[in-house]
Amino acid sequence: MLRRRRATQRGEANPPSPSGCGGRLPSPASLLLGVSLWIRRRRRSWDPAAWHSQRGSREVAKPALNTQTDWRFVIRTREGFSDPDARKLKEDIADLGIQGVEKVSIVQVYYVGGVLTSQELQQIGEKLLVDSIVQEYEVEAVHPEPPVRPSTGSGRTGESKDFIHSQVVEVAYHPGVRDPVEDSLKKGALDLGIAGLRQVHTAKEYAFAGSLPAEQLTRICDRLLVNATVQQIVTPENLERLLNPPAGSPLSIETVHLMQASDTVLQRVSIDHQLSLNLEEMRAIQAYFRTQKREPTLIELETLAQTWSEHCKHKTLRGPIQYTEEIDGKIQKRTIQNLLKSTIMRATEELNRHGCLSVFEDNSGVIEFDEEFAVCFKVETHNHPSALEPFGGASTGVGGVIRDILGTGLGAKPIASTDVFCFAPPDFPAEKVPPGVLHPRRVIKGVVAGVKDYGNKMGIPTVNGAVLFDDRFVGNPLVYCGNVGLIPKDKVTKQVSPGMQIVLAGGRTGRDGVHGATFSSLALTTESEVVSATAVQIGDPITEKKLADALLLARDQGLFSAVTDCGAGGLSSAVGEMAADSGAKVFLERVPLKYTGLTPAEIWISESQERMVLAVAPADLDRLLNLFREHGVEATAVGEFTDSGWLELFHAGISVGKLEMDFLHGGVPQILRPARWSPPGLKEPEIPVPSDLADCLLKSLSRWETCSKEWIIRQYDHEVQGGSSLKPLVGVANQGPSDAAVVRPRLDSPRGVVLSNGINFRYGDIDPYWMALLAVEEALRQIVAVGGSLESVAILDNFCWGDPTRPEVLGSLVRAAQGCYDAAKAFGVPFISGKDSLHNEYRVGEKVIPIPGTLLISAIGIVADAARLVSMDAKKAGSRLYLVGSTKPELGGSSYYASLGFLGASVPQVDLAQSPLLMSAVSRAIGQGLAVSAHDCSEGGLAVAAAEMAFAGGLGLTLELEKVPRPTTLTREDFILFSESPTRFLLEVPEEKSADFERALAGFPLGKIGQFQKEPVFRVIGLGGQSVIDVAVEVLQEAWQAPFKGW
Amino acid sequence: MAKVRVAILKAPGTNCDGETAYAFELAGAQPEWVWVEELKTNRKKLEDYQILAIPGGFTYGDDLGAGKLLANELKYRLAESLDSFLRRDKLVIGICNGFQMLVKAGILPSGKLSTEQEATLSWNDSGKFEDRWVTLKPEFNICVWTQGIEEPIELPVAHGEGKFSPKDQTVLEHLLGYGQIVFHYCDPQGKEAGYPWNPNGSVGNIAGICDPSGRIFGLMPHPERHVAGLQHPRWTREGLAGEGQGLQIFRNGVRWVEKHL
Repeated sequence: MLRRRRATQRGEANPPSPSGCGGRLPSPASLLLGVSLWIRRRRRSWDPAAWHSQRGSREVAKPALNTQTDWRFVIRTREGFSDPDARKLKEDIADLGIQGVEKVSIVQVYYVGGVLTSQELQQIGEKLLVDSIVQEYEVEAVHPEPPVRPSTGSGRTGESKDFIHSQVVEVAYHPGVRDPVEDSLKKGALDLGIAGLRQVHTAKEYAFAGSLPAEQLTRICDRLLVNATVQQIVTPENLERLLNPPAGSPLSIETVHLMQASDTVLQRVSIDHQLSLNLEEMRAIQAYFRTQKREPTLIELETLAQTWSEHCKHKTLRGPIQYTEEIDGKIQKRTIQNLLKSTIMRATEELNRHGCLSVFEDNSGVIEFDEEFAVCFKVETHNHPSALEPFGGASTGVGGVIRDILGTGLGAKPIASTDVFCFAPPDFPAEKVPPGVLHPRRVIKGVVAGVKDYGNKMGIPTVNGAVLFDDRFVGNPLVYCGNVGLIPKDKVTKQVSPGMQIVLAGGRTGRDGVHGATFSSLALTTESEVVSATAVQIGDPITEKKLADALLLARDQGLFSAVTDCGAGGLSSAVGEMAADSGAKVFLERVPLKYTGLTPAEIWISESQERMVLAVAPADLDRLLNLFREHGVEATAVGEFTDSGWLELFHAGISVGKLEMDFLHGGVPQILRPARWSPPGLKEPEIPVPSDLADCLLKSLSRWETCSKEWIIRQYDHEVQGGSSLKPLVGVANQGPSDAAVVRPRLDSPRGVVLSNGINFRYGDIDPYWMALLAVEEALRQIVAVGGSLESVAILDNFCWGDPTRPEVLGSLVRAAQGCYDAAKAFGVPFISGKDSLHNEYRVGEKVIPIPGTLLISAIGIVADAARLVSMDAKKAGSRLYLVGSTKPELGGSSYYASLGFLGASVPQVDLAQSPLLMSAVSRAIGQGLAVSAHDCSEGGLAVAAAEMAFAGGLGLTLELEKVPRPTTLTREDFILFSESPTRFLLEVPEEKSADFERALAGFPLGKIGQFQKEPVFRVIGLGGQSVIDVAVEVLQEAWQAPFKGW
Repeated sequence: MAKVRVAILKAPGTNCDGETAYAFELAGAQPEWVWVEELKTNRKKLEDYQILAIPGGFTYGDDLGAGKLLANELKYRLAESLDSFLRRDKLVIGICNGFQMLVKAGILPSGKLSTEQEATLSWNDSGKFEDRWVTLKPEFNICVWTQGIEEPIELPVAHGEGKFSPKDQTVLEHLLGYGQIVFHYCDPQGKEAGYPWNPNGSVGNIAGICDPSGRIFGLMPHPERHVAGLQHPRWTREGLAGEGQGLQIFRNGVRWVEKHL
């Protein structure tokens, strides 16, 4: 038996770490050696006759009886059955350049504590934990300090001989990081009639056979097995803490002395309590409490910090800005009162378009779908958590944006997801990865796995996305998670009235995610993974799925009148926002907790996932609570809305916080921030004319951002719910890159929702104004390319920028926002929601790696009849290929320049007068059935788009560059092929429809540039009439598919 | 005639219930959502339905193995009503997670609740969850759900744990000998082939099996995701079919009940 120890120090309740250095991976070799030694000793310490329980001999012995004991189950794959995870790990080890590992095995470990009989242990092993066809198990009691026997004897029983001299590492989560499997195992035990199971912890044991020096094993642990933010290598010491976590501190109401504090003290208070409040804000708080004639409690400071955080308040985009622009020596200055209102929201207001049912008010933007229903759309970012723990960060990002949809109106049903990422390239040199940062390969795999896990388990098709790469994302990747919901039109509005109960539903509250909102408003540093261990969580999609199912049933029964999600800032933000116009009383001791020992402040600001807050009329409360209970969802009335204008917090009958709503929401001081933009003074590079254009094309197709993302797409269930009507992969072999995705949310209707996105930070390196226009234009272009029209389209903005206190960073953001306004007005598409994530940079000592300012535009539209859409794959030999739109020498920021190591200056420009008209004409032509396939020209220009059409359709193509509509000055073949001029479409038109098609596009730049053929060759005839590219289509496709092959 | 009543079983994590219900509706039945909890508390009774459909999803997160916890729940908490349902010549279809559940509970291939597990569905050889379209070749079989399907059909798979492995050679031979193998994965020409045509490494390319009576059917691919032409990945190039190739399966089940029960 392990000794039970209770600590009372608050500090001890934090996730402990093996070597006492706060969550970081302990120093290497000695510890690892210790671990493997310890585990083997432990093995030998028990007497097989009495202790071991192999299949066949099922006597599990002694310590069971009436006291709680911890047991260790190990589950391994039977000989003769493959273990794909072990195989992949072995490949990953080889990828690290580590030789000598002959065999890898992975064993699943469960620590099970409780009062259990030997029979019950046997049942748990046989009926619950193993799949008897492919797995076997062992169980043993956990011993704290195993006696060491003379070191003769063989390896462990039942294992292959290869492993006798193997090295063993066991990895578990830190205490407090909850693995959802733990609850499932308890539920499964109850189904077997076993009631004595108290606690479960999961771990994985990795064994490596072969010669593996200690420092290589450390590298494997560091790079592949352990993420120190959430995981640890199991040692005797931390195992005891895992199985018997020390209790937290008893209730204390901490008062913070501010009234007499100097500026230095104010700043220190902000730092010490991770408030992320600046001096002006601390002063405003000090002034407020001076008027109240008392000191604030910590919980009050936390509440203000959450509410005033950049994450919740968007104080930069909504605050005053002094903007200076200097172009060609001309200086213009102006003061912007509220950037969002004066650009993005203003465009929406001025467009005043029919069908926008809720904009910038709710958790997502809502537009009309059909007579009965509306659709809502939201895209969020989860960058910082994903940098530290890619799987957990991305999965909770998906979970969070789904709750935005569930928390829109009276709750919408999630119907589709979109996910866009920016990473450092997978081949980023390992030695250049800054300390404290995970290698991009691991970030990519983790993020994709996280999105997959949450989205697939929620049963929401992930149908659209994009992935971009740049070295600057190495310490701070971008993870945008978007979700679309379907909601009855009469459920779009919500209302909170005094007297209504505040109901918290869903997952339990733990210490996880404490300070997530304030954390996301800080830059990442090498220390982030130490200070922010609690800011990262593991998602629990099944809890959210249950919550979603029950919530929508309760909605349809009219059992609540308002709902919102518990996201950043937790209850503090959710209740604070819902009660902004009224008031609220919350009784924190009623909040169901994952474990004891949370302080009232922690309960109040915890960002534990999978929780929603509802406003419920007292008369409906019992029915609502019953309905949730029946669906296995915990729901609790934790307070009530009042008309006091005050937020009042209690714990066990004691008032722990009291703040005026007016101050909470209106008290944040406005800070005039300087912003400056001037052109970066870039030059066009001098590039020699390439001798081999085929080679240029192959290289373009193999670029990380252009190449096939099939590895990612297929891991997402993009067809669940049955509505997928235009899939992300199309063509003769289901492998071509579709433009926009279309889902039909009502299976009995041909009506569809079309989704797309536009993003390219390289244009922003030249001019953020054009980046914004191009992002909007790209998103719309993709919708048009599948046959959608712009009339019903609405868009979202997502700004990911660096530190806005730097004038040049804020200046570029201002310029991008202006581009957003101009684009929305010109195309007539309103913004309906948006989000900004600032402070995206990574600090190593004094050196700062800021991300490039990156704007994502996500577009949603309605198509009346999905059966009239077209896909991008070429359909038929003999049909003509038309290029609509002018190709200009605009290669600044292009993929072609980037592949040669240049940025350039000639950023593509959108013709705001012609572009909308051209899009309408193309959309109409497709609607009339004049084109059988269509594809837009984006990264890699005409050459890449045409090649994609050809290989997706399994056809050859002959192109004539002379026919490409362009200014006469453009005479370089490489520029014609790879220019990224916007608003260009490639359309495949059957010969017999050519005349009608040309009439439909009359007045626009139009060229009949080629013809598809059976002969599977991609041929380009140069300006001189000679063939400049002649490559087998298959070769092009292989180049395009190569980069992620074998991942 | 009263419509055939179909229980669409729902447990925490079930997520293909909407499209499965829709497929049964198209086939002329009356589907109804039935939560496991409602069966456990006797608010709904299995005996009121003629067909039990166990849809895809990730019941209980697929923790401890896909379908495992739901299998145990039905086996140990609902043994009596499930047993009598199985004995009464009614129909069962388990799709994806539903198939996993039927296999883990030992109901497939035996047809009985009391049997030990004789096969399993475990991690795909690729080690990945994959969503892709597959071609299925119907074998000579006794399954009532697939009668009349003689040519290969196309359906999507979307799973991480779909590799079918029988316990031993005897089980495999028994399945073959009694016509219990319903669908094989094959290439688009109908020939046996490896990955990706067999998306998970299933032994003998097995994609779906039935019990010895042919009434209980389980398969990894999703017939409910191909009941309409628009759901096919290549409708934009091959033309829009009047209906999807999966619909016949649901129609067969409903017709059989109409005729026999």
